[in-house]
Amino acid sequence: MKKIATREAYGEALAELGTEYPDIVVLDADLAKSTKTIDFAKKFPNRFFDMGVAEANMLGTGAGLAASGKIPFCSTFAVFAVGRAFDQLRNSVCYPMLNVKIGASHAGISVGEDGASHQSVEDIALTRALPNLTVIVPADAAETKKAVLEAIKIKGPVYLRLGRLAVPALHENDFVFEPGKAITMREGSSATIIAAGLMVAEALAAAGELANEGLEVRVVNMHTIKPLDAEAVIKAAQETKAIVTAEEHSIIGGLGSAVAEVVCEHCPVPVYRVGIKDSFGESGAPSDLLQKFGLTSRHIADAVRKIKGLK
Amino acid sequence: MEAISWLERKAREIRRDIISMTAAAGSGHPGGSLSSADIVTALYFQIMRLDPEKPDWPDRDRFVLSKGHAAPVLYSALAERGFFQTSELLTLRKLGSRLQGHPDMKSLPGVEMSTGSLGQGLAVANGMALAGKLDYRDYRVFVLLGDGENQEGMIWEAAMASAHYKLDNLTAFLDHNGLQIDGPVREVMSVEPVADKWKAFGWDVQIIDGHDLSQILTAVEKAKEVKGRPQMIVAETIKGKGVSFMENNVDWHGKAPNPQETEKALAELA
Ligand SMILES: Cc1ncc(C[n+]2csc(CCOP(=O)(O)OP(=O)(O)O)c2C)c(N)n1
Ligand SMILES: [Mg+2]
Repeated sequence: MKKIATREAYGEALAELGTEYPDIVVLDADLAKSTKTIDFAKKFPNRFFDMGVAEANMLGTGAGLAASGKIPFCSTFAVFAVGRAFDQLRNSVCYPMLNVKIGASHAGISVGEDGASHQSVEDIALTRALPNLTVIVPADAAETKKAVLEAIKIKGPVYLRLGRLAVPALHENDFVFEPGKAITMREGSSATIIAAGLMVAEALAAAGELANEGLEVRVVNMHTIKPLDAEAVIKAAQETKAIVTAEEHSIIGGLGSAVAEVVCEHCPVPVYRVGIKDSFGESGAPSDLLQKFGLTSRHIADAVRKIKGLK
Repeated sequence: MEAISWLERKAREIRRDIISMTAAAGSGHPGGSLSSADIVTALYFQIMRLDPEKPDWPDRDRFVLSKGHAAPVLYSALAERGFFQTSELLTLRKLGSRLQGHPDMKSLPGVEMSTGSLGQGLAVANGMALAGKLDYRDYRVFVLLGDGENQEGMIWEAAMASAHYKLDNLTAFLDHNGLQIDGPVREVMSVEPVADKWKAFGWDVQIIDGHDLSQILTAVEKAKEVKGRPQMIVAETIKGKGVSFMENNVDWHGKAPNPQETEKALAELA
C-alpha cells in the first residue's frame, strides 16, 4: 500500500474543503511547499497569505482574521508554530478562544536530517497545557482529512500535529473520527497500548508480535490528546490492568503524561511510557532515528513484556 | 592582488565542498551556502583572528551563522581552516555525525552558536559583543543574516539593541540573494528598502558586491573604523553562485544534487 504523509493529506484537505467553506483562509510562513498549503494557494490565491519567515506575525494575523469571521489555518513546522509563536498562540488565540487552526507539520524526530533544531519533541506538552485548545494528532492520511473537517466544525482553536514522513494507511474501511473519542484499533485484555500519530502503526505491529506469544493486547488510537478520552483510558485500566503509551514526543508532558494523570486519579495501574527520554533529537535518516530513540514496535512490545513481568 | 586570487581559489574549494557534502548527505541547503561562500571565505581566511588549535581562546573573533541552514559553508570553512579533518565533511547530516543538519555548538569545535531557527542569531551576537565590551576584550563579532530571515520580528528587536548599546565591535552581513523558500523575497514578503531600514535603525550601512572578495575585505576594514555604531554590510549576492543551474533558482534552496548534477557542478567549479 502507498504510504502518505499526514502533511500531504492536510494540504489536500484544505484544497478540497476550500470550495465548500468560503471562510477558510490559509496562512503560511515561507514553508508552503513543505506544509503542502501550496495546494490551497494554487486553487485559492486570494485566500492564501504568505507571511514570510514570521511565525509570530502569522499567528497574530490569524487571530485578527478569526475575530473578523474567517477560519484561518496557520501553517508552519511544529517547532516554530509552538516555539516562536507560543505567546501569540496563548494570548491572542487561546485566551480569547478565537477560531484559529494551527497546521503544525514536521513534528517529532521523523523530520530526519534537519536535526534537533527542527524536530519538535515538546509541542504536545506545550499545547495541551493551553486552555481552550483542542490538540489532535492524526495517525494516517485518512484521519488527517477527517481531522481537518472536524477542526473546521469546532468553534475555537485547534492544533493539528502533522508529520513529514510518509506513513501507512490504518483503516481499511470508512470509520468514525470524532475529536475526543479514541478509536480502539484492536481488542485485547492482557494490557493496553495507547498510541498517537505514527506510533499507532508501531503499536499494532507490537500487538501482532505479542499475540504470537499468547498476549492479547488492546490498541487504542488516542488521536485527540485534548480533550483526552478519559473514559477510554479508565476502561483500559480497569479491564486490562496495565497500560503502555507510545508517542513520537518527549515522555515529559505528552500523551503518556496525559494518560498517567487520568490513571493515577481514577484507577491506579502501572503505566509505562514509550517516547523520547528527555533529550533533543539529532540528524539522521528517519528510520534510524526512530530506532535510536526507541520508537519502534520492538520497543513497545518490550515495554508490554516488562509491564507484564515477563522481562 | 595575489592574496585576492588565493582567496578566490579558497572560495572555489569551499563551493566544491558544499556540493560534495550535500550530495553525500542526500539533503541540505546548497543555494544559501553558495551565495555566502565568498563572505565566509574572507572571514575565515583573512579577516577573523582565530586559532584552530584553541577554539575557545577568549580573544578570538566570533562568527554567528544566524541563517543556520547554510551549515555546509561554515563546516567547510572550519575544516579547510584546520578546526577538524576535511574528511569528516562527508558525514554531514548522517546519524552520529558532529556535522548536524544545522550547526550544533556542543558537538563541533569552532561553531560559536547553535542555530537553525531563523531570526535568533543577531541577538546572540549582541550578547557576545556586550560581553567583549564588559571584559575589555578587543575581539569582533560577525554575524550572517539571510534576507528572508530579515522578515523575523526578532531581527529588528536585536537591530535596535545593537545600536542602542553602541556595539561598534559588531559587524553583520546580509546575504541579499533575493530568494527564500516560497519564491523571491520581494513577492513573498518584501523587506525592501532593506538598506534604508538598517540605516533607520542606527546602523552604519555599506552595500557591496558579495562575490567580490576585495570589496568584502575593504568593507570590513571600513567597518572596523566606525565608532559607536554597529555595522551592516549588505552583500548583493546570487543564490547558488558558482553553479550555473543553481544560480537564482529557488528550487535549489534545500535539495541535494543527484550524481549527474554533482558531477556537472564540480566540473564548473574545477
Ligand atoms: C524560525 C524559522 N522559520 C522557518 C524556517 C525554515 N526555513 C529555513 S531556510 C528558510 C528561508 C530563509 O531564506 P533566507 O533567509 O533568504 O535564506 P537564504 O536565501 O540565504 O538561504 C526558511 C523559511 C526556519 N529555519 N526557522
Ligand atoms: Mg535569501
